[in-house]
Amino acid sequence: MTAFTGQTRQDEAELRSPAAPRPVLKERGQREVFCGLTGIVWLHRKIQDAFFLVVGSRTCAHLIQSAAGVMIFAEPRFATAIIDDRDLAGLADANDELDKVVDRLLSRRPDIRTLFLVGSCPSEVIKLDLSKAAQRLSKTHMPGVRVLNYSGSGIETTFTQGEDACLAALVPELPADDAPSLMVVGALADVVEDQFRRLFDAMGIERVDFLPPRESTKLPGVGPNTRFLLAQPFLAETARCLQERGARRIAAPFPLGVEGVTDWLWAAAQIFGVPRDRFDATVAPGRKRAQLALERHREALSGKSIFFFPDSQLEPPLARFLSRELGMKVIEVGTPFLHREHMAEELALLPEDALVSEGQDVENQLDRCRDAAPDMAVCGLGLANPLEAEGVTTKWSIELVFTPIQGFDQAGDLAELFTRPLDRRARLAV
Amino acid sequence: MQLTVWTYEGPPHVGAMRVATAMKGVHYVLHAPQGDTYADLLFTMIERRKERPPVTYTTFEARDLGGDTAELLKAAAFGAFERFQPDLMLVGASCTAELIQDDPGGVAKTLGLPVPVVPLELPSYQKKENWGAAETFYQLTRALCLSQAPKPGEAFERSERARPRCNLLGPTALGFRHRDDITELTKLLDRIGVDIHVVAPYDATAADIARLPDADFNVVMVPEIAGTAAKWLSRTFGQPATKTTPIGVGATRDFIAEVGELCGIDVSALLAEEASRLPWYSRSVDSTYLTGKRVYIFGDATHAIAAARIAAEEFGFTVVGLGTYSREQARDVRAAAERLGLTALITDDYLDVEAEIEALRPELVLGTQMERHIAKRLGVPCAVISAPVHVQDFPARYSPQMGFEGANVIFDTWVHPLMMGLEEHLLGMFREDFEFADGAAPSHLSHGGAAQAPVVEAAPVVLEAPANEDEAAPGWSSEAQDELKKIPFFVRGKARRNTEKFATERGLGTITLETLYDAKAHFGR
Repeated sequence: MTAFTGQTRQDEAELRSPAAPRPVLKERGQREVFCGLTGIVWLHRKIQDAFFLVVGSRTCAHLIQSAAGVMIFAEPRFATAIIDDRDLAGLADANDELDKVVDRLLSRRPDIRTLFLVGSCPSEVIKLDLSKAAQRLSKTHMPGVRVLNYSGSGIETTFTQGEDACLAALVPELPADDAPSLMVVGALADVVEDQFRRLFDAMGIERVDFLPPRESTKLPGVGPNTRFLLAQPFLAETARCLQERGARRIAAPFPLGVEGVTDWLWAAAQIFGVPRDRFDATVAPGRKRAQLALERHREALSGKSIFFFPDSQLEPPLARFLSRELGMKVIEVGTPFLHREHMAEELALLPEDALVSEGQDVENQLDRCRDAAPDMAVCGLGLANPLEAEGVTTKWSIELVFTPIQGFDQAGDLAELFTRPLDRRARLAV
Repeated sequence: MQLTVWTYEGPPHVGAMRVATAMKGVHYVLHAPQGDTYADLLFTMIERRKERPPVTYTTFEARDLGGDTAELLKAAAFGAFERFQPDLMLVGASCTAELIQDDPGGVAKTLGLPVPVVPLELPSYQKKENWGAAETFYQLTRALCLSQAPKPGEAFERSERARPRCNLLGPTALGFRHRDDITELTKLLDRIGVDIHVVAPYDATAADIARLPDADFNVVMVPEIAGTAAKWLSRTFGQPATKTTPIGVGATRDFIAEVGELCGIDVSALLAEEASRLPWYSRSVDSTYLTGKRVYIFGDATHAIAAARIAAEEFGFTVVGLGTYSREQARDVRAAAERLGLTALITDDYLDVEAEIEALRPELVLGTQMERHIAKRLGVPCAVISAPVHVQDFPARYSPQMGFEGANVIFDTWVHPLMMGLEEHLLGMFREDFEFADGAAPSHLSHGGAAQAPVVEAAPVVLEAPANEDEAAPGWSSEAQDELKKIPFFVRGKARRNTEKFATERGLGTITLETLYDAKAHFGR
């Protein structure tokens, strides 16, 4: 039997920290997750004057269009420079070829101000130096177009880590600025960003910047007096780069659900000296609306069990929200990567009996899911229909990344994403 | 390096997945990094398959690259065999694994598994999805049938049977209407008097593949995928293969005649029947408005060639452009285009196709989902005739492309996006009716499907210079400008360009109403 356990490697349960020991199941095997290139799907919409050029294979092009493309009708601000055998055989100089592709691209899209060269598995394996290429191309195309690079390769990044790599590539470009400021880090829907800005305004926090900005030419400043709040849980590298520029992270849970949003805002409010009563007055209307919105969903979700397959690293805060605010029973919280420091507040709030797993061996995890027979499984698109066919109600995890779910006024929408599959199943009589 | 916005075909290992997923009891071990599992969703989401594709990905990471990734491949293969107990395993690499040269084929040989293991070498940086499917199907067929090959000079002994038997070769998972074409062809062949021996790879087992040589002939249902295997079977077992793809009434009749000849069956009674409604629907006067409509066709070679013939001979359209992304079958498409007095566009660059459609200004586009994007942006009606597939290409209802029922489906599908006869006339005559907004969609679509409805919202993008539309552009009298607006929006851009060209050539400073109509007469369609 041992000869056939294949690629599976289950590490011994490890202790997280002496203060809050929580065993984490670490797995290694087949991963049913996207690579970091997929982040382009939302980043190209968020940063409106940026273009993402993947330097990769036909597989990369096919991945991005399959993950999102065929649903998008406007001309996308992303493309792939497909490496062919001439490039590999050295018949063509890959750098010359890339320059040609970039020239053609930029002449088609004069509205582009920032071009990201995005590394892929093949470009990493053949060691195509995209940072040198970006420097060279920047020289040619500045001041009109800034050329940056990051890697979204599957051998290094999982799904949302692509956004982390992209934002980390922006950090060195941020102008130095010593003025005190609050920076909210992580792509949020514009509507959510505007809501947060209004709340910070009302608390009297004067300077609030968002990274990424909507326009790549309007980069926020950073310096030793910058304090930053992570709006997304997958930004390990970006946080590290900001810290190198002197900025300091404000530890907080993530802004999902009434509790998450309140604690997240309060963590910043404390740093900026906002008095508790002013804070309470500011958040009271939003909290009230959110609580009202959640009531209806609590009835549908309370007592139902849920199982998370790893996808976006949003799983721990989502599980915390579903268990603490909606009364769901969390069986397993799978996450592709667990950043113990950034996730410390979340892990502390997770129910004791929830299994936290990091990495994936999809076959083993499917076995655990079948054994647990949850009321709902949160999983990627490759697993959803097969699980439904087996009788498990599913929620596509990608929707949790593509939908505005942060903030008070989205708490109800977030809950609804989980009630809808149950509602649907209850309605259908076929 | 090629700049690619959209790609018509995936990489060749996706072609191999289409074969493996179509079959029963086959498992594919793919040496690939994380992320390549995206291909699973093509099958589970687009085709709504209830099972995951039978593929195990080795999921190597950057930190593995210094170590023994071949060992990872071996372990994955053993693990997959243990868990899934397949009758046959395919072992191959995706684009990244190809670069690290772990030699999946060599590894496959050393596994010592008690089932056939077929190594796949699919060069990702040269070839694409359909080639990958064809090569996989050929390798499978060869591996499972070679031992039965007769000695040189001897003939292969086939078992006795009452009626001739054929194999249906080429249908796979994620194929454009393959599911329903199998049913339609099975019915058609039965009416001719031919039994189906094996359908492959769709729903076939390894044992079925091994039975292929026992059929009298092969029906090459999907030439892009079955061509290589069918040639080998013909060479090795003396099995003839059909050359006609029965899409459209004419091609279906030709197919019946071809099969009749292959089997020595008299098919004249079947050919005399009017088995499809298409011929009468096309001859009926309601279809007069279809006459000479300018259509642009792009797709895989088989569907593009078939569509060109149907458009010209069975709808009375004028084909203004024909192209394909199937480079392997380019010669056939070139020949089909020449017969129509055209030069085929052979490209896998979406931007080339877009440019050609923009330049030709067709009234109907018959293309893939990619051309549907282009047509939608240009406000031109479009029907989808070919892969790459979309969830809409797997309708719940029976919807074949092949045979006589396929011709019925095609008639409805192509006519649907168009304005119907009288409606088109009314729009043309009473363009200033306030309810006929510019770029009005056909009335049966305007409140309907989300896919077609945006024709209306897409209309403003139709012209190159929409912003100038309402101001009198330099050189245009306001009278002529107003008249220009009465011209249907989908040809207005062309009318504007032609008129301006006409005026410039004649050195006319101002375009008057007269100039507009002089130019119309000059360029008359």
